[in-house]
Amino acid sequence: MRLKFTVNGRQAEADDVWEGESLLYVLRERLGLPGSKNACEQGECGSCTVRLDGVAACACLVAAGQVQDREVDTVEGLAGEDELDAVQRAFVDAGAVQCGFCTPGLLVAADDLLERCPSPSDSEIRESLAGNLCRCTGYEKIMDAVRLAADRRAEEARS
Amino acid sequence: MNDHAPARSPQDLDDAIAGGIGESPIRPDGALKVRGEYAYSSDLWAEDMLWGVTLRSPHPSARIRSIDVSGALKTPGVYAVLTHEDVPGDNLYGLKDVDQPVLASDVVRYKGEAVALVAADHPETARRARERIDVDYEVLEPVTDAERAAHDETLPKVHPDGNLVRYQPILKGDPEATAEVVVSGTYTLGMQDQAFLGPESGLAIPAEDGGVDLYLATQDLHSDQAQTARALGLPQEKVRMTLSGVGGAFGGREDLSIQVHVCMLALRTGKPVKMVYDREESFYGHVHRHPATMYYEHGADADGRLVYVRAKLYFDGGAYSSKTPVVVGNGTTLGVGPYVVPNVRIEGWGVYTNNPPCGAMRGLGAVQPALAYEAQLDKLAEALDMDPVDVRIRNAISRGESIATGQVLDYPAPVAELLERVRALPMPPERDGTELDIRELPGGASNTTHGEGVYRGVGYGVCIKNICYAEGADDYSTARVRLQALGGEPAAMVHTAAAEVGQGVVTVQQQITRSELGVERVTVHPNDTDVGKAGSSSASRQTYMTGGAVKTACEAVRRRLLDRVAERFGEAFGDLSLAGGKIVSASTGVLTEIVDVLGDEVIEETREYHHRETYPMDAEDGSSERVQVQHAFSAHRAVVDVDVELGLVKVVALDCSQDVGKAVNPDAVVGQIQGGSAQGLGLAVMEEIRVGDGAIRNPSFTDYLIPTILDTPPMKIDVIERGDPNSPYGVRGVGEPPTISSTPAVVAAVRAATGKDLTHVPVSPEHVVDFGE
Repeated sequence: MRLKFTVNGRQAEADDVWEGESLLYVLRERLGLPGSKNACEQGECGSCTVRLDGVAACACLVAAGQVQDREVDTVEGLAGEDELDAVQRAFVDAGAVQCGFCTPGLLVAADDLLERCPSPSDSEIRESLAGNLCRCTGYEKIMDAVRLAADRRAEEARS
Repeated sequence: MNDHAPARSPQDLDDAIAGGIGESPIRPDGALKVRGEYAYSSDLWAEDMLWGVTLRSPHPSARIRSIDVSGALKTPGVYAVLTHEDVPGDNLYGLKDVDQPVLASDVVRYKGEAVALVAADHPETARRARERIDVDYEVLEPVTDAERAAHDETLPKVHPDGNLVRYQPILKGDPEATAEVVVSGTYTLGMQDQAFLGPESGLAIPAEDGGVDLYLATQDLHSDQAQTARALGLPQEKVRMTLSGVGGAFGGREDLSIQVHVCMLALRTGKPVKMVYDREESFYGHVHRHPATMYYEHGADADGRLVYVRAKLYFDGGAYSSKTPVVVGNGTTLGVGPYVVPNVRIEGWGVYTNNPPCGAMRGLGAVQPALAYEAQLDKLAEALDMDPVDVRIRNAISRGESIATGQVLDYPAPVAELLERVRALPMPPERDGTELDIRELPGGASNTTHGEGVYRGVGYGVCIKNICYAEGADDYSTARVRLQALGGEPAAMVHTAAAEVGQGVVTVQQQITRSELGVERVTVHPNDTDVGKAGSSSASRQTYMTGGAVKTACEAVRRRLLDRVAERFGEAFGDLSLAGGKIVSASTGVLTEIVDVLGDEVIEETREYHHRETYPMDAEDGSSERVQVQHAFSAHRAVVDVDVELGLVKVVALDCSQDVGKAVNPDAVVGQIQGGSAQGLGLAVMEEIRVGDGAIRNPSFTDYLIPTILDTPPMKIDVIERGDPNSPYGVRGVGEPPTISSTPAVVAAVRAATGKDLTHVPVSPEHVVDFGE
């Protein structure tokens, strides 16, 4: 089938898509957007988290055909031309990135959280990111990063 | 880099970031990773590439009568279907013992063993063709009990020479010593998975010289290269390997997975071939932590001073040897823990069974006995009515004392200090009945309790872990460092084969180079086999070994530069140093710029770093003057809340004190300790590969649970630096100890909360709740 949808604000098109392919496969293997990761492809690890019409979703659980004419935002769309987004900067600065395989999914999930809830409590952060597995960090520096990102976004909003 | 490098190939890391030794500069790969642009091994892509898949055995033990690939070959879109007959070189590989077939020929020894390969133009086409390969098996009775495999000669032989991989005894003092107070116990540890997130994957590109270029995720490029070349029947220089982004490792990437298979498919089809395991295949495609059964008896005097330890340790190596010999070596040598014990008798067995193969995982061979010896120390404390920390401190090993093998520790061993420090860390607040947040309770948002039936417990654990390769291995790493002027600035390039697996060895190499050469701009070349061996990113060894190699290569570069300066300015060589891009004399101050001395010249030096020699263990009594080059220590305190009615455990705090010798990058050190502690928490209360009749029952993240952010508590990390005089900068390996001491600490806390004996990890609800008879 032919698939048309919007990725990170741009029109995307893929031909000869097999009906069994996931959105994750189309992003990674057909559109050159491998930022969304393939850690479990079972909807358990959150490393492929994207926004589908603004709502966070595991791209591995979305059949490619379901995104026809819809809007998908991936980790590749978070940064501006030169500048990293506040969430991205916070993850680097706080040391929340080790192997980095969980990072794209966590960034999209954290961005989604901060949009809904600009100054989350620790319990709210933990609840919101509970669907994103990380095997390297023990999550402490991820907590630091999300708190830092919330502070910086609040600061940006004030200035 | 070769001419056919794939799109999204490994990147030079050259972001301008400042920071030398002892600082915590951000990672040079950080920006790429948060942009989603870091090229992991599963992200690689090449024009016209094919996809490879593996057919695996459905039986833990069977004879192969025949393999018919004709149906698969006829599938449109399929380019190759390969079996053992197509392995070009030796159809055997292995890390220590070479005992594992690339593709099974006459027998299969575990469920999941690779039998055949398919390459096709779409992964689904390859998977469907795989289903059309017809293998005729004669199913055999599997060997599944490790302890029986060690002693029962009537069991089937998994390998022709029998089922014993290694037996190692250690005898010290009087092995039959007696004591006033005796405690004993039997402890078992389930099979843990590394559960790295990035699946096994790689892209092989056939080369015009008949060789192959492989882009992959691994912990040791040269080990992979040697084993792969041998299996492909090619000279090593024709099997070139480049490290792509590695999505975690933790020991699970020491053994081969896709390496030979994907190269065979590329060489046969003449096309680039990519292989990526899915999560289920990943559970079958790499080795796990050895499950163990451990019998312990401790004897002490009335003051709680240890008189003897006697133990028998059984490690299930599964179908192939992998790191089993090393697990037996580590498990026995470290089997009494970080304690002074005058009389020891420890025996360790590593065996073959038809269970999934086990090999390296963080804390190799030291995780298992720590569960047992720490439980024993708690039992001893209870028998003597002593404080559990005090009994540990009374027996803590220190510099100048000997471990079970007789090796004298000739470097700081601050075990008592770590225990004192972790005990003194602030406790988490008591649960407050007035402001109840159920998310903080066992069961969390599932709303299973409002505090009724919930008991709090506190537990301690401390451990010892050897760092670097041991038992006489020639352990070394190689670094090439280049210094030149680029755009009017001094710039260095570091090239090693040290696998960056997430731990941050890229950052450490930059920091050392900046400090040694006094330059800010340091690029890390992609890791490949164009430079000498680095050894594996395992055994907590890369900062020590590759750090040592980079330091040594930098010193050689500096010597060449300063020789010239000494001659030109008539200064004494010993007075000269490099800082801020300048050459500084101790007597006359800044002499000149590095770039002015360099001109157009490039100074490049390659050096190896070898650590002090180690020696094998005596086969009869395990003695060795120096079996291991260094030991590291950490201590944990765990606080848990347990819902004793449902058996649910909430870890409230998991705090750690660790000696790291010298923290080259303090923030990264804390990150390692927190990550390692979380893996130990996982083993304590969540993680076990359930094996039944040789089959993995839970090969998914749905059924194999690793800690989420809800399961992992805040962790206070207390780092001390008691430098090792024998290592570069005094560093001591960091990555493994926190994975070891966290598990017994959590289990001890659950014991304290429940009053249960708890002899198995992971602790499950059924161990905590009384179901009656």
